[in-house]
Amino acid sequence: MLDDFFTRALVAGIGVAIVAGPLGCFIIWRRMAYFGDTLSHAALLGVALSLLLDVNTTLAVGAVSIVLALILLTLRQNETLSSDALLGLLSHSALALGLVCLAFMTWVRVDLLGLLFGDILSVARLDILLIYGGGALVLVVLMVIWRQLFAATVSPDLASGEGLRPERAELIFMLLTAIVIAISLKIIGALLITALLIIPAAAARRLAVSPEQMAGLASLIGIAAVVGGLYGSLNYDTPSGPSIVVAAMVLFALSLLPLSRLLNRVSSKSKGERT
Amino acid sequence: MITSKSDEMLVQLNGAGVRKGSNWLVRGVDLTVSPGEIVTLIGPNGSGKSTTAKMSLGILKPTEGIAAKRKGLVVGYVPQKLSIDWTLPLTVRRFLRLTNKLSDYVCRDALEQTGAGRLVDTEVRHLSGGELQRVMLARAIARSPDLLVLDEPVQGVDYAGEIAIYDLISEIRSLLGCGILMISHDIHVVMAAADQVICLNGHVCCRGTPSDVSKNDNYHQLFGTRASGALAVYEHHHDHTHLPDGQVRHADGSLCSSCPGEHHGPEKDTHSHPTTDKQDDLTNVG
Repeated sequence: MLDDFFTRALVAGIGVAIVAGPLGCFIIWRRMAYFGDTLSHAALLGVALSLLLDVNTTLAVGAVSIVLALILLTLRQNETLSSDALLGLLSHSALALGLVCLAFMTWVRVDLLGLLFGDILSVARLDILLIYGGGALVLVVLMVIWRQLFAATVSPDLASGEGLRPERAELIFMLLTAIVIAISLKIIGALLITALLIIPAAAARRLAVSPEQMAGLASLIGIAAVVGGLYGSLNYDTPSGPSIVVAAMVLFALSLLPLSRLLNRVSSKSKGERT
Repeated sequence: MITSKSDEMLVQLNGAGVRKGSNWLVRGVDLTVSPGEIVTLIGPNGSGKSTTAKMSLGILKPTEGIAAKRKGLVVGYVPQKLSIDWTLPLTVRRFLRLTNKLSDYVCRDALEQTGAGRLVDTEVRHLSGGELQRVMLARAIARSPDLLVLDEPVQGVDYAGEIAIYDLISEIRSLLGCGILMISHDIHVVMAAADQVICLNGHVCCRGTPSDVSKNDNYHQLFGTRASGALAVYEHHHDHTHLPDGQVRHADGSLCSSCPGEHHGPEKDTHSHPTTDKQDDLTNVG
C-alpha cells in the first residue's frame, strides 16, 4: 500500500495533522504563533546541516529547532530585547544562514521550492516511521503534561502558586513544537508549517466547548485539510504545502458560518473527500 | 523556597524582600500564617501586598531574606487578575479542575458555597467581575487547601455579596482549619474577620489584632455595623515615602538610606512597635 507515493503522502500528512491539532491549540492559547514561525524558518538551516553532515533531514531539523528553542528561552530571561524582536532576529538569521549554507554547497542540488512549500513526492517510508514514532511520542508527552501546561496557559501565577511548575511545562511544550515542525517539514514545507498548526485550531474554536474537545476537533479539521489539500495538489499539480493550507483556510472560513449549517457542510465535505 | 518540617507554621517569611531591577518592590517582611489563622495584608497601591503574597506562595523568590512553607502544603490561590482569552473554550466546570482532579460533587458544592452554583456551565470569559471572583474562590476552596491565599477576593462583588463572602471565608477557616492570607482594600469588613492585620508600605508599616476593637460595645453602638470603627484605628498617615532606589523620604523632605523597620503606630503614636516583637498588638489604642 505504501508503494504508492500519494498514499505515503496521505498517511504522512494525516499523521502530522493529528499531532498538529492539540499542539496548535496551545500555540493559539499561548499566543505563540510567531514562535512556530521562527522554528520553521530555522528548519532550512537544519536542512543545510543535514546535507553537509549527511544525516537524516528530519533529525537535523529537529536538532536545530530544539537548539533554537533553548537559545530563545535563555535570551528571554535576560530581558534585553522584547520577545517578538528576539524571535524575528533568530528566525531570519537562521533562515538566511540556511540559504547561504545551501548556496555554498555547490555539489548538492537542493529543491528549494520543495523545502519551502512541501513536496509530496519526497515522502519516504522512513519519513512515515519518523512522523508516527515522533508524533506518538509528542502526543504521549503532551497528555502527561496536559494539566500542568493548560494551567500554566490560563495563569502561570496560579499554576506556580498551587505547586505546579509552569516553566518546566513551557520548556517541554517548546521542545514538542520543535519536534512537530521537524516531522512536518516534508509534507507542508518550511514556510507554511505554522499554518497547519494554527488554522485548524482556529477553525475548531467556534465548535468546541472545552479545551480537550477543541484539541480533538483541530486534529479532525487538520486531517480534512490534509486530505483535501493533497488531492488538490495531485489534481492541479500544485505544491502540497500551499494546497493543504488553502484547504485549511476554506475550512476556517466555513467555521465562521452559523453553526448548524456549518456542521452539515463539514460532514458532507469530509465524506465526499474520503470516497 | 525552603520547605520546613514544622507543623506549626504554614508559611513563613523572614526579612524577605524582592527587588526588580534597581527597585525594591517590598523589603524586610516578617510574616507567619498558622493553621486556622487569618492574616490580612493592607496598604496603599504599590505597597507590595501582592508581591508579599507571591513570595509566600513561592511564585517570586525573595531577593533577600527567607521564604519557607510547610512540606506538602496544599494551597488554594485566588490571584488578583485573571484574563481568559477568547480562543480558550473554558467552562466554569473545567476551570475548577484547573490544577487538580475534582469530583463533580465537590465542584458543585464549592460553587454553591460561594453563591455561584448556577454558573457551572457558563464560559469563564462570559462571567462578570464579581461572578469571576466567586468562581475563583470556589476553585480555591474545592481543593480543600491547608492555606488559602486571597488577593482581593471581593473586588467587583456587590455589597451584599461582599459580606457573604467574608462570612464564608471565616466559615471555611473553621470548617477546613486552614490558614488564610488575604489582601484587601476593604478595611471595614477585613477587621471583623482577621486575626492579624499587617499594613504594608514597601515594608511592614504596622501590625496587630483587630479583634478587641470589633468586640468593643462602644464601637458597635457608634458605628452600627460590625467593626466599622476599626477603620479609625487603622487610619493613619504614611509619613514617609519609599523611593525606588531604596532611600526613604520623610514628610519634612529629609532623606535617609533605610527604613528603621516597623514604626509609626496607628493614629497617634500611643505606643511603639519594637522590631523584635512581631506579635505586638496595637488594639490597645482603642
